[in-house]
Amino acid sequence: MAIFLTEKSRVIIQGMTGAEGQKHTSRMLAAGTEIVGGVTPGKGGQSVDFAKRSIPVYGSCADAVAATGADVSVVFVPPRFTKGAVIEAVDAEIPLVVVITEGVPVHDTAAFFAHATAAGVRVIGPNCPGIISPGQANAGIIPADIAGPGRIGLVSKSGTLTYQMMYELRDFGFSTAIGIGGDPIIGTTHIDALQAFQDDPDTDAIVMIGEIGGDAEERAAAYIAAHVTKPVVGYVAGFTAPEGKTMGHAGAIVSGSSGTAAAKQEALESAGVRVGKTPTETAELLRSVLVAV
Amino acid sequence: MDLMEYQAKELFARHGVPVTLGRVIEDPADAAAAAAELGGRVVVKAQVKTGGRGKAGGVKLAASPDEAVARAGEILGMEIKGHTVHRVLLAPAAEIAEEYYFSFLVDRANRSYLCIASTEGGVEIEEVAHTNPSAIAKVEIDPAVGVDEAKAAEIVAAAGFPAGAEDVVRRLWDVFVAEDATLVEVNPLVKLADGSLEALDGKVTLDDSAAYRHPDHAAFEDHASADPLEAAAHDKGLNYVKLDGSVGIIGNGAGLVMSTLDVVAYAGSQYGVKPANFLDIGGGASAEVMANGLGIILSDAQVRSVFVNVFGGITACDAVSNGIVQALELLGAAADKPLVVRLDGNNVAEGRKILAQANHPLVTVVDTMDGAAARAAELAAAAN
Repeated sequence: MAIFLTEKSRVIIQGMTGAEGQKHTSRMLAAGTEIVGGVTPGKGGQSVDFAKRSIPVYGSCADAVAATGADVSVVFVPPRFTKGAVIEAVDAEIPLVVVITEGVPVHDTAAFFAHATAAGVRVIGPNCPGIISPGQANAGIIPADIAGPGRIGLVSKSGTLTYQMMYELRDFGFSTAIGIGGDPIIGTTHIDALQAFQDDPDTDAIVMIGEIGGDAEERAAAYIAAHVTKPVVGYVAGFTAPEGKTMGHAGAIVSGSSGTAAAKQEALESAGVRVGKTPTETAELLRSVLVAV
Repeated sequence: MDLMEYQAKELFARHGVPVTLGRVIEDPADAAAAAAELGGRVVVKAQVKTGGRGKAGGVKLAASPDEAVARAGEILGMEIKGHTVHRVLLAPAAEIAEEYYFSFLVDRANRSYLCIASTEGGVEIEEVAHTNPSAIAKVEIDPAVGVDEAKAAEIVAAAGFPAGAEDVVRRLWDVFVAEDATLVEVNPLVKLADGSLEALDGKVTLDDSAAYRHPDHAAFEDHASADPLEAAAHDKGLNYVKLDGSVGIIGNGAGLVMSTLDVVAYAGSQYGVKPANFLDIGGGASAEVMANGLGIILSDAQVRSVFVNVFGGITACDAVSNGIVQALELLGAAADKPLVVRLDGNNVAEGRKILAQANHPLVTVVDTMDGAAARAAELAAAAN
């Protein structure tokens, strides 16, 4: 098993005919993902040739779903078209929409998230690297060759810290690694992933990576204390971030005394989560936990 | 982007929110004419992007044009929480009957919007939350519906605002949505002696990601008080934040760069060495981007060493190494600080080989992130 994405997932790519979409579709295919189509308005009926397969392009998500039975969409369209693309995927009743696009206006995300929630659709992102269940499927831009399948679950706000942590723990491998993104409003949260990992029989331990801004890590800590029995180790980035400055991710900002890394670390530690000072130390903590399991 | 009060009021006025715009001046000598025009008795308010202006002495009443000149002279040039006052707003002194608090903001926890309103305004809302939490109304707003007549009535009733306040509430909502704001705060929203409402202050944060659909917002950018290095980086399209340390940092990905700052601060604590900046060069680290980034960092007089920390995910390490080598060639004599480079991930062997072959006297390659941070901190400490 894995969470949210498995070998049975049938994936379409919105924006597959664009440069980024094409590059990453090729990588996702190489990772064994069952990609059944692309969607680009006005290009229905065309197809795109990849190394081993030709993938059909549909003019809309509804057409793609009717023809292929797709149940996951990965969105690569530019920011100004992202809201429309996600709403189209939701209306086509695709249950999981992974939004890679960076720079989506917050009001657009609020609108498509409300629409998706009303329809019972899970959104991952925006501004995220996506989700990978190594050996099964890859929906997004996480490099598939960093680490193979294993029994660690990873949830992170940051893309490159996801890669770094997968690399540190590549000898153990992962059930699923999910990058939830660092925007102020995101679809899937730490808590959603923690809950799914807790319920996943193929996940033994969880790494949770957070960063400054908001209080998602504090709420996740409360959730862990109440509901998670599997071992969790944590890492929080941004101890040196000054107040009032956005650190790369739109949501990574300390406002007044709220959203600090220190508060997040404290909340996690009081929930019994061991927090590493560096990514490498965090990986060591997880190692010791897994050996104990 | 955070707006200053006078800019927020300009936006408010465009959406019909009752405000008095007043006059903005940068030279105390201009205060006399401005005050006379506004009726003589004015409030002189520092225009800085931080709260607590009143407590810091940045807001003062002037009874006459002469006094306005004196007060403006005192406030211009002041430092408020690290922000230098370059401008003051002169506004006519209002006849205030009651002071309220009002805001719309992005509610990260619920992935929606929140309205916070209170009849206890004029002080910081955190203070009210502490002393009299029952005086604060919090009303959740569904992004799919927004603030319609019914929601405006609900907000007014929950806050205990006077009847008729619905119109101002809906106009402020219009500012929040139409301008792509993530925060619209009015403190105080006042009831004047004649019973009408007016936004006496304004704090607005605009969503940078929505800038493409608001070309007019570019006029709000405050070049005068921007850090010169941050401004130069911004012009080159780099994601850079100046900090107060001596180890320059370049990395790829916001999370990894934040983590790099922390690891350097951790390794440097024994020498009192701190990171000098945040710089995320993003996914595609071309030679040009690397050269631009290194150029900015090396022009920071506080920098003693540089730590380049890249995890090759999508980016291949050999491309990063070529970028570093070419950047050093482009910079020539301007590159005069030691560089510690840590590469991992995609094509790392090839990347390390390129740096080894180039054998640049300033470059040291260290295999691990923690080890490289320690080395960069040590080099910065040794150069002090």
